[in-house]
Amino acid sequence: MQLGGRRKKNSINPLSELYGQHLQFYGQPPLENISLSEFETFAVERLKLLKTVENLGVSHVKLTEQYRNKLESQLRTLNFPYRPDAKSQSGSTEYEKRRKDHISHFILRLAYCQTEDLRRWFIQQEVDLFRFRFNVLVPEQQLDFLHKNNLRYDTISSEEKLKLKDQLINSSFGVSGVKVMEHEFYKVPFQDALDLVRLRKVYLKQGYAYIPHQDIVTIVLNDFRTRLSKALALTARSLPAVHSDERLQPLLNHLSHAYVGQDYSIQKNVGKISLDQIDSLSGKSFPLCMRQLHQSLRENHHLRHGGRMQYGLFLKGIGLSLEQALQFWKMEFIRGKVDADKFDKAYAYSIRHMFGKEGKRTDYTPYSCMKVILSNPPSQGDHHGCPFRHSDPELLKQKLQVYKVSPSGINQILELVKGMHYQLACQKYFELTHNIEDSSFSLNHPNQYFLESQKLLGGGKDIKREMDAPQRSQENSASKGSTATQEVAANTSQHLAEMTEDLDSFFQDA
Amino acid sequence: MPSSDYDPASLPDLLPLYYRRLFPFSQYYRWLSYGGVQKNYFQNREFSFTLKDDIYVRYQSFSTQNELEKEMQKMNPYKIDVGAVYSHRPSQHNTVKSGTFQALEKELVFDIDMTDYDDVRSCCSAADICSKCWTLMTIAIRILDRALRDDFGFQHRLWVYSGRRGVHCWVCDEAARKLSVAARSAVTEYLSLVKGGDETVKKVVLTEPIHPFISNSLDVVKGYFTQYALDDQDLMGSKESVEKVLALVPEDILFLQEFEKEKKPEKRWNLIVTEAKRKQSTAKKGQYFEKEIMLQYCYPRLDANVSKGVNHLLKSPFSVHPKTGRISVPIDVSELDKFDPFSVPTISLICEELDRPRPGEEKEKLEDGKEKEDEKDAIEKRKIRDYKRTSLAKYIKYFDQFLDGMARSWKGERLRKSDKAKQMKPVPLNNPEVEIVAEADIIVRRRSEVLSHSHLGYNVLSCNYAW
Repeated sequence: MQLGGRRKKNSINPLSELYGQHLQFYGQPPLENISLSEFETFAVERLKLLKTVENLGVSHVKLTEQYRNKLESQLRTLNFPYRPDAKSQSGSTEYEKRRKDHISHFILRLAYCQTEDLRRWFIQQEVDLFRFRFNVLVPEQQLDFLHKNNLRYDTISSEEKLKLKDQLINSSFGVSGVKVMEHEFYKVPFQDALDLVRLRKVYLKQGYAYIPHQDIVTIVLNDFRTRLSKALALTARSLPAVHSDERLQPLLNHLSHAYVGQDYSIQKNVGKISLDQIDSLSGKSFPLCMRQLHQSLRENHHLRHGGRMQYGLFLKGIGLSLEQALQFWKMEFIRGKVDADKFDKAYAYSIRHMFGKEGKRTDYTPYSCMKVILSNPPSQGDHHGCPFRHSDPELLKQKLQVYKVSPSGINQILELVKGMHYQLACQKYFELTHNIEDSSFSLNHPNQYFLESQKLLGGGKDIKREMDAPQRSQENSASKGSTATQEVAANTSQHLAEMTEDLDSFFQDA
Repeated sequence: MPSSDYDPASLPDLLPLYYRRLFPFSQYYRWLSYGGVQKNYFQNREFSFTLKDDIYVRYQSFSTQNELEKEMQKMNPYKIDVGAVYSHRPSQHNTVKSGTFQALEKELVFDIDMTDYDDVRSCCSAADICSKCWTLMTIAIRILDRALRDDFGFQHRLWVYSGRRGVHCWVCDEAARKLSVAARSAVTEYLSLVKGGDETVKKVVLTEPIHPFISNSLDVVKGYFTQYALDDQDLMGSKESVEKVLALVPEDILFLQEFEKEKKPEKRWNLIVTEAKRKQSTAKKGQYFEKEIMLQYCYPRLDANVSKGVNHLLKSPFSVHPKTGRISVPIDVSELDKFDPFSVPTISLICEELDRPRPGEEKEKLEDGKEKEDEKDAIEKRKIRDYKRTSLAKYIKYFDQFLDGMARSWKGERLRKSDKAKQMKPVPLNNPEVEIVAEADIIVRRRSEVLSHSHLGYNVLSCNYAW
């Protein structure tokens, strides 16, 4: 079936058949020919969209008015569908948008199916985008979508509702006794409602989750996530065929590199930092999370696993060599309860592992702010995590006082924390401790904080130059620092170079 | 019951005896084979051993019970851990194409460690435990066991004493073993109420509405709170302790003066509760601080990382704890309040009990010689009689009952499988263009099938699966 973008026919518009629905599960791949330039444009624009989704997701609570407005305006700017009904628009434009949505999604699948990290990122943003668009639909449209996609979940009888009334009221927010009897409740195996189970937003009994219609979106999202995950795994297997096409390979590589920007995985300043500088550096140039970890390490002569990973990788990122790292940790642990022998047996292995010298030899990358904030929250006895996110505001305030931040500065920081703008709070901390008005960078990585600080305090030009080349090597196998970005087919090199600059600058501003 | 003084230095002498005559191999094998419903389930299971001098070996796997026995008797491990069931035999994982060797299934497990409660217990800290703080484990088991059974519908839950300062739970239902990482993580978070590290003062925050799970858990805590917190831990007694509790209470409370005057712990606590109830009836937003305090001091603290990973290794039941000598024995939940970690048998005790002659034993020996059984049988019988002579007997008996309970479900599964095999036809998947090119395909599809088709039952799985 070949659709060549025949927009002239008014009687039967093939697009309207294919794209009758505003929202889709992306079950079927597009089957048409498109030009290379359309291929590239679609891919890049969707990537910009997903990047926006990511940024908004970290700095705003999802689905608040601000979030919605910003996302909708981005959808509009980039020419993606944002309104459920096509009729209010001029016929083909809306269908064109849906076609773009369809095709661009599948192109990005090619770029993001290769590694666990890429897949996880892609799925996360696509799910968030889907959530936004599903919520824009009114309940009738949502039900319609469910039925058209064969998601028939079992509803429970009125008798059962009556029996479980109190539990149902107390399990879901905003569900009154009246609502329980009036609205549908779905009985779904708990494995299909993980997001609701995780947050304890649903009643569980004998392995089943009892979900009010208003929450069915979470289930749908779960389904979407599962399907996408399955699909990506399959796509990864057909990738060799795609990569053999020289026109596509450079673009796809660049797309998957671009998402992460600078990840501080390549050690650029190895050996330039000496161990006795670390104490003073921790006060001057470390972000609060690392300063806290360092202090904790010095005080307790120990750090638990989460802390060792977060801090150890950060140190690797600022330029500590493996030998230095081993010496650093060993010296400190020996002062505590660990003797030299035990250190060599138990801890040295994991440090070498961090540097990619053991096990499957993955060269781990230092954690970004996103990772520190969102994953592995600290529990009793831990000191890792993001202090702006994980510390009690009172304790955070005390800590900032100890570190001599001005009272008005502390208040500004606490305000940002209350609004859940953790990275902005850290940036404020940067500004206050470096005595500047405006930090002129957008903080998303602890190592970025360090480099910017060093730059400011006179670290100099060579650091700046090294920061400009975006590279990534998550898997440190044969090709350390993929050279694919540099090798571009002659014909498209010019065009690609322009586009990549465009992409990079977009991400710097984000 | 005396533990017969245990000395870690005697382990090298005791372990061979334990593994030769006491370790319940046949029950252990019966457990991990799960009725033979899935082919190679036991063979693809990972074990890890910690040997003398802290030598740690992973990816151990065995083809038969006999092989397991021989290897353990040869290596005499100090510690045994059980891991996941993999796609291939773990001992051969290096021969498998990179990326295809994957952890597929494992019991859903929980690890509760007394050190995680150091900020809320005053009697002990770190590795120490006493009868006063052991109540925390009792509370933990009650709360979690109820939730796993009533909320999640898991039938086969095995609680095991870790040997020193905590308990483990092994959820062995088929549905539990097939849970994905995301599902395990969701279950763990559902069960977690105490959040925050050293930097967090208030670790439990409740908002409206109070979920039935929280109410049910609170009911359990209330049953123990007076005895455990007010009496044993003297929560309202010492100044230090009182300050810590008051730090969890909002600032605008009215009872401080009265509180100072009142000396009786129960009355002090009542003041807090009354004030909370008063606030709850007036303020718009619920102020549940009396509940929050009870939960912060008593609610189970899980090590999330243990539960989330499919490939996580956990100490095996019936393993020995090298520092205390105690055997990791299953806990009979129906007698939970009577469980005393200090009367759990140590390896030195049970080895000693082996040598003690029992009345009537003389007669048994004679009978043995008369009967014409092949040697293997006789050894088996003697082994059965061996552990029965020791304090280990009742724990193995309980384990047997646990296995019997599971066996009933295995039988049903085997019948269903044989029926299906007779009318086997491929189940169509969503993507017709998929071909089976490698084992990895099947694994990926199979895992995601569990997620999306679980409401259809487990039919889809057995059909398209080929080990």
